[in-house]
Amino acid sequence: MHPAPSVIVFSTLSGLGFGLLFWLGIDPTPPTGLSAFIFFAVAYALAVGGLLSSTFHLGHPERAWRALSQWRSSWLSREGVSAVFALLTMGIYAIDLIFLQIHATALGLIGAALSLFTVFTTSMIYAQLDTVPRWKTPLTPALYMSFSLAGGALLSGRVNMAILLLVIAAIFQFTWWQRGDAALSDSGTDLGTATGLGARGTVRSMAHPHTAPNYLVKEFIFVIGRKHAQKLRRIAFGLTFVLPIICLLLPFSHVLAIVAVLSHVAGVATSRWLFFAEAEHVVGLYYGMR
Amino acid sequence: MTDLPTKTDRTLGLVIDLDTCVGCHACVISCKGWNTENYGAPLSDQRPYGTEPMGTFLNRVHSYEVQPEQGNAQTVHFPKSCLHCENAPCVTVCPTGASYKRVEDGIVLVNEDHCIGCGLCAWACPYGARELDQAEGVMKKCTLCVDRIYNENLPEEDQIPSCVRTCPAGARHFGDLSDPNSDVSQLVESRGGFDLMPEMGTLPVNKYLPPRLKDSWDDQSLLAPLLEPVAEEPQGFLGWLDKTLDKLPGGTA
Repeated sequence: MHPAPSVIVFSTLSGLGFGLLFWLGIDPTPPTGLSAFIFFAVAYALAVGGLLSSTFHLGHPERAWRALSQWRSSWLSREGVSAVFALLTMGIYAIDLIFLQIHATALGLIGAALSLFTVFTTSMIYAQLDTVPRWKTPLTPALYMSFSLAGGALLSGRVNMAILLLVIAAIFQFTWWQRGDAALSDSGTDLGTATGLGARGTVRSMAHPHTAPNYLVKEFIFVIGRKHAQKLRRIAFGLTFVLPIICLLLPFSHVLAIVAVLSHVAGVATSRWLFFAEAEHVVGLYYGMR
Repeated sequence: MTDLPTKTDRTLGLVIDLDTCVGCHACVISCKGWNTENYGAPLSDQRPYGTEPMGTFLNRVHSYEVQPEQGNAQTVHFPKSCLHCENAPCVTVCPTGASYKRVEDGIVLVNEDHCIGCGLCAWACPYGARELDQAEGVMKKCTLCVDRIYNENLPEEDQIPSCVRTCPAGARHFGDLSDPNSDVSQLVESRGGFDLMPEMGTLPVNKYLPPRLKDSWDDQSLLAPLLEPVAEEPQGFLGWLDKTLDKLPGGTA
């Protein structure tokens, strides 16, 4: 799959933003006043910034509001609706904390649940697709939600929780990669089933419909990224999990905290780039590629 | 809502004969022509005379080689367009309701005024039947020439999809696949029509007819015995030449 920068930025940033909102929502003693303002400003900048970024890959961003209508059938629509409700709920919760010093516990819990559900809906946009076997697994929601919770814990300064969740997320990431490498061949879909000619012999693509690449080839068959995939996985793993955990285990300092956060964000972005770049869409089979 | 209809009144679709298709791409061209000038946004081209020309097509023809375990390989030309699936994943993923499947005839269409160009339906389609038009930013797909098949201003013989009307080999057939007595259903029945990627659970309406097995020269032809080699070893003058050349230094091939 083509790794569109706007979608990678979106899922990286909004995942962190909604993760932070989750932890702010369930906090029994949340920050108030200026401190609350800073936390919520960061969370909203990440979540809303990510959502805005995702509209850049639309052919008609001005019609994006229409995407809120089909929540009964579409995960993408559910994501939009859930994001709006999460941001509105947490917005009221934040105003209460910042300006009125009021801790609306129930509102925070509802907002936290909606924030986490938004991340779940994002992951289901990918996990629902039979056409991309690497994504079609319950491990995909586990991956997205564990990343979001770990990143949120890290941003909200919960050291022990962040370490624990980073370890859990690392296990999901490793398992997801392991499973993913065999997903296409395990799916049973190949050029034989794609053409229905598999029982007659070995099918080989002899000529593409057109000499130059088309939309389908550009969107679904991204082979450049796979050359360095293994190296990038190690880099992503080190940046997302290892370096932040080391920083958190060392005696606390603000510099180390910033290093941990920046390293984590860069790692998540790398992991998300791989999420798309390594994913094989079955339409590639028609082109004799994967 | 982008829920799929539980049942459609008719099930219009195509039956494509892989035995007959000669891979001329005439269906591709006539489709591009008709659908650029009629329903919805035109099918744009990018850099048509430059390097890496590309454009939006609703129908593309692949060519495959099928190599059986024994015998010669067979070339199969393979036209591919929207299969108007009964369980169309492209419809249910649409966040705006722009994608829909019609109850009256089962045609899958895009309301281009509501399409935000997110591309998710193209991701959900295993067949590569949907293409995001690079100029218009909306999703394009085969309409089964909905603006021809019900168009009474056209002569009756033209009230079929453009690709079917154009095919010089008669490899494309159009009709109601829910009617077991229709020509297309009969074709599927008699020729063993099959689905593409049945494991995806999309229940495609369009069917493909398999290429017929190639004739075997040995089994079929009365002339075959006459074409047996008369002599495996060269005789007479050629035999002498063969032996003489063998004796010369320099070895043999």
